[in-house]
Amino acid sequence: MEIKADTTVCIGAGMCALTVPAVFDQSEDEGTVLLLQQVPPADLEDAVRRAVTLCPSGAISIS
Amino acid sequence: MSELTYPTVRERPLDPPAAATRLRERASMHRMTYADGHLGWLVTGYAAARAVLAHPDFSNRPELMHPPIAIGRLAERGQFKVPPGFFLRMDAPEHTRYRKLLTGQFTVRRMKLLEPRIAEITEACLDQMAAAGGPVDLVQAFALPIPSLVICELLGVPYEDRAQFQEESRLLLNLETKADDAVAALGRVMAYLHGLIGRKRDTPADDLLSGLIEGGELQDDELTGIAFLLLVAGHETTANMLGLGTYALLTNPDQLAAMRDDPAVVDNGVEELLRYLTIIHLGPFRTATADVEIDGNLVKEGETVAVHLPTVNRDPSRFHGGDDLDLARPASGHLSFGHGIHQCLGQQLAREEMRIAYPALLRRFPGLRLAVTPEEVPMRSDMSIYGVHRLPVTW
Repeated sequence: MEIKADTTVCIGAGMCALTVPAVFDQSEDEGTVLLLQQVPPADLEDAVRRAVTLCPSGAISIS
Repeated sequence: MSELTYPTVRERPLDPPAAATRLRERASMHRMTYADGHLGWLVTGYAAARAVLAHPDFSNRPELMHPPIAIGRLAERGQFKVPPGFFLRMDAPEHTRYRKLLTGQFTVRRMKLLEPRIAEITEACLDQMAAAGGPVDLVQAFALPIPSLVICELLGVPYEDRAQFQEESRLLLNLETKADDAVAALGRVMAYLHGLIGRKRDTPADDLLSGLIEGGELQDDELTGIAFLLLVAGHETTANMLGLGTYALLTNPDQLAAMRDDPAVVDNGVEELLRYLTIIHLGPFRTATADVEIDGNLVKEGETVAVHLPTVNRDPSRFHGGDDLDLARPASGHLSFGHGIHQCLGQQLAREEMRIAYPALLRRFPGLRLAVTPEEVPMRSDMSIYGVHRLPVTW
């Protein structure tokens, strides 16, 4: 699994950082998504999928 | 024309109107007649609600919206002019510019840093309750002061000035308030906040509003609109979740025991209370700025769509057995904070406040109980944010 994050679409709701803090964080200044790991470990893949669904602005995607 | 109007009458205080539930069982979207005769839509299905709220061709501007119900100011179309900075009722890119200046202040990590202070404020309220002795009105003693104090400190609004904005925000949220009175109340609270911004420009402090002033990107009228939005949104919402949530727990004793005794239940339990109670019970509303297809229905440009959020959050296709309060169910994905670009800016703050306040209250007063019958608790059916007007409790 590979994650992509689009900070131009992100609205800083924080759902990703709340759901998988090991993979997602938020920038200090704008609060937009920061990707800590582009390729998450297998045991976090389900949680990452959940974060993608919860994201209100469609800023994160997986392939 | 359609016979259908926005369902508002609840048979039971914690459940959505049965009429709305019956509609959801038939279809996800329905033609609905608005108060001005406009033929628009009502959404009762979860997937359709998400699709509308996330779609870029739906506007949140009040001047495009047809009045959903024939009550008070909502029936008077176009009376509410969006104040500068009041970005909740703006669309992208105008909305985006304001929101980006604020999101860094409400991150998950930053809100976690507030935990000790929220806990301190909560304990102080509980100490005062204990000293006063029951019965007390939990709204005035606990549910309202905690989020009010927290948002005032965060923004840098003196809590001693709360009389200047709590009464006005009550007027603005009361559905019966006429447009003229709402405009006057808005004017008073904006005048107060404009004065406060001016004083902060002269004497900055370590707070959010001072930080925005120092950022230099915003005029005083924009700062006033932002301050108003954050102040009202910051205390009325969590206050009603704390009041109504405690009522729900007191009337569901097994769920109350889980919230009190099992720390592992708290985080998800808060999500479940958000889902089950859905205090945004009127809307959200959007108006199509182009023809859009949603769940097989063609919404035409100019048509207004009302999302019946309490019903959407009970949709069994998304939440199995959704009419039951079950603090252990997977409740994330509820739309109580909205969805799309307007999803609640302060949601991580609200979560922290609730995660601290519910268990603290229940642990301090293990014998907490209603001081009246459940039927005697006055519900906020007349307000745009649902909850309890008063919650007499003792212990």
